[in-house]
Amino acid sequence: MRMMTSQPMILSLSKDTIKVSQEQDVVFLKNRVKEVAVRIKMGLVNQTRLLTAASELVRNMMRYGGGGSCLIEVVSSGRNNGVRLTFTDKGPGIPDIASAMKDGFSTGKSLGLGLPGTKRLVNEFDIKSKVGEGTTVTIVKWANG
Amino acid sequence: MDKIPILRMGAFLLVTIQVDLYDRLALNLEADLVQMVNKTSAKGVLIDISAVSIVDSFMGRIIGNIASMSKILDAETVVVGMQPAVAITLIELGLPLKGVHTALDMEKGMNLLKSMIDTSGDDEDDDQSAYDLITE
Amino acid sequence: MSLTTSQLLQKKKKNILELWMKNQLADEGLREDLISNEDLRIQSEELVDSLVGNLTSDNFTDLDSDEWSPVIEILGGIAITRARQGFSPRETGAFVFSLKEALLAVLQGEIIDDPKKLFEESLKINRLMDNLSVVTFETFIKGREEVILRQTDEIAEISTPVIRVWDGILALPIIGTLDSARTQIVMENLLQEIVETGSSIAILDISGVPAVDSLVAQHLIKTVSATRLMGAECIISGIRPEIAQTVVHLGIDLSNIVTKSTLASALQHAFKVMRLEVKKVIVKNN
Repeated sequence: MRMMTSQPMILSLSKDTIKVSQEQDVVFLKNRVKEVAVRIKMGLVNQTRLLTAASELVRNMMRYGGGGSCLIEVVSSGRNNGVRLTFTDKGPGIPDIASAMKDGFSTGKSLGLGLPGTKRLVNEFDIKSKVGEGTTVTIVKWANG
Repeated sequence: MDKIPILRMGAFLLVTIQVDLYDRLALNLEADLVQMVNKTSAKGVLIDISAVSIVDSFMGRIIGNIASMSKILDAETVVVGMQPAVAITLIELGLPLKGVHTALDMEKGMNLLKSMIDTSGDDEDDDQSAYDLITE
Repeated sequence: MSLTTSQLLQKKKKNILELWMKNQLADEGLREDLISNEDLRIQSEELVDSLVGNLTSDNFTDLDSDEWSPVIEILGGIAITRARQGFSPRETGAFVFSLKEALLAVLQGEIIDDPKKLFEESLKINRLMDNLSVVTFETFIKGREEVILRQTDEIAEISTPVIRVWDGILALPIIGTLDSARTQIVMENLLQEIVETGSSIAILDISGVPAVDSLVAQHLIKTVSATRLMGAECIISGIRPEIAQTVVHLGIDLSNIVTKSTLASALQHAFKVMRLEVKKVIVKNN
C-alpha cells in the first residue's frame, strides 16, 4: 500500500542571519522580518503579531544576553508558509525557564510579560537555555494561522 | 538624539507619533512630556498613535507610565487612533492599558478630554450644555 | 503459451480500451452531463496506455515501485478532478472497476486452455486493480476534503457582515459556532470597519451562536478589550437565558462588558451613550 502524507514536514526555504549588538541593528532586523513577512503574503494582523514578538525577543537578547544573532527563515509546511526566527545569545542564560514563562515574572525592570506574551502571539515557541552558555528562542508564525 | 515634538494647544498637549518608536525615543518622550505637563500646567495630554504599526510591552508600559504620571500632575491622557492590528496584539500580549483613555481620532479624543475636565473640574452643574457646545 | 500476462495485455491494449469504453458507456451511472464521451475516451486511453505500458511480470503486486508512479499520478489526477466535478464515489469507483472487468475479459479470451494459469493471472490482476481502486478512493476523498476546506474558508469570509445601523453605530450578527479562526476574522473585520466608519459603538449580537463555552467567552472578551483600546465601545447582545446560565456556571467574568439580551436594547443603550433620542411623531388631526 502507498502511504499518504500525514503530518507535513516543515521545510526551510530561505535563510538569513543578522547580528544584533546595538540599537540600529534592531531597526534593521525588524525591517528584514517585515520584508520577509510581506513576501510570503502574511496578513497585516499576523505581521504585527510577528513583529511585536520579534521586538520583545530582541529586547530580551539585548538586555539580558548582551546582544546576539537572529536567523530569519521562510518555512513551509504543506500548503502554509511561515516565518521562523531563531534568536541566539551567549549571555548568562535563564536558570528557571518555567518561572520565566509565567505571566508577571521578571528579573529585570519590566512588566515581565515578555516571554509568555510573546508565546501567545506566535504559532510555535521554543526556548532552550543553559546557565553560563546562553539562550536560544525559536518562534514560528504561519501566514494563515 | 531624535525627539518627538510636543505641541501646546490651550490647556492641552498634543503629541503625534509619526515614526515607529524605539526604546530610547519612547523614554525621551516620557521624560519630555512629564516636564511639559508640569511646566504648562496642562489639563490634558493627547497622544496620536495612528501611524504606529508596532507597540510592544515596553512601549505599552511607557504609554501607561505617561498616563499615570500625568494623572499625578492632574492631567488626563487620551491615546487616539490605535490601529486594529496593534490593539489585537496588545490584548494578546496581555496589556489592556488599564487607566489609559482611548478615542478613535484626534477630534473625538479632544471632545473626551474636554468632557472629562468639565465634569471633574468646578461644580458646574450643566455639563450637558458644555458637551453640546463641543459637538456642535 | 510463451507470452507472459504483461506481454499479452500489451498486445491486446486496443481490445482492452474498446472493451472498457463499451463497459463504461453501457453503465447506468454514465455522467454525460459531467464529462463528454470524447473526454472520457481520452482519459481512459491515457490510463490504459500508462497502466499496460508499465506492466512487467514482477511488479504486479508492488505498487510502491517507481514504475507505478506515473499510473498513480494519472489516476490521482482523474480522481481529484472527479471529486471537484461532483462525481459520486460510486461513479468514480465504477470507472476503475469496469477497467478491471475489461482486463479480466481479455485475459479470459486469451488463456483458453489453461484454467490454472487463468486463475492465477486473474488473481494478480484483481489484486493490482484493487490496490489501484484504494488509491483512487483515497485521492477522491482528499479532493473532496479540499473542496470542503475551501468552502469553510468562504463561509467564514461571507458570514461576518458588519452592518451600519446608525451613524456611528455598527452591528455584527454572528450566526453559527464561534471557533478561534472565526473569531479572528470577526474581530479583524469589526475593528477594521470601526476605523473606516469612525464608529464609536459596535454591537456584537450572538443570538445565532448555539453555545458559549469558556473559549468563546475569552474570544468575546478579547474583541471587546481590543475595541476599547481603539477608543470605541463594544456591546454584546443577544444573550439567551441558557447562555447566561452557562456563563455563570463556568465562572466566566463578563462584568467589565456591557451585555444586553436583545439587539434592540443594545441599540437603545448606544443611543443613550450618544445622547440620541427616538421619539414617536404625534400626528395632529385637524
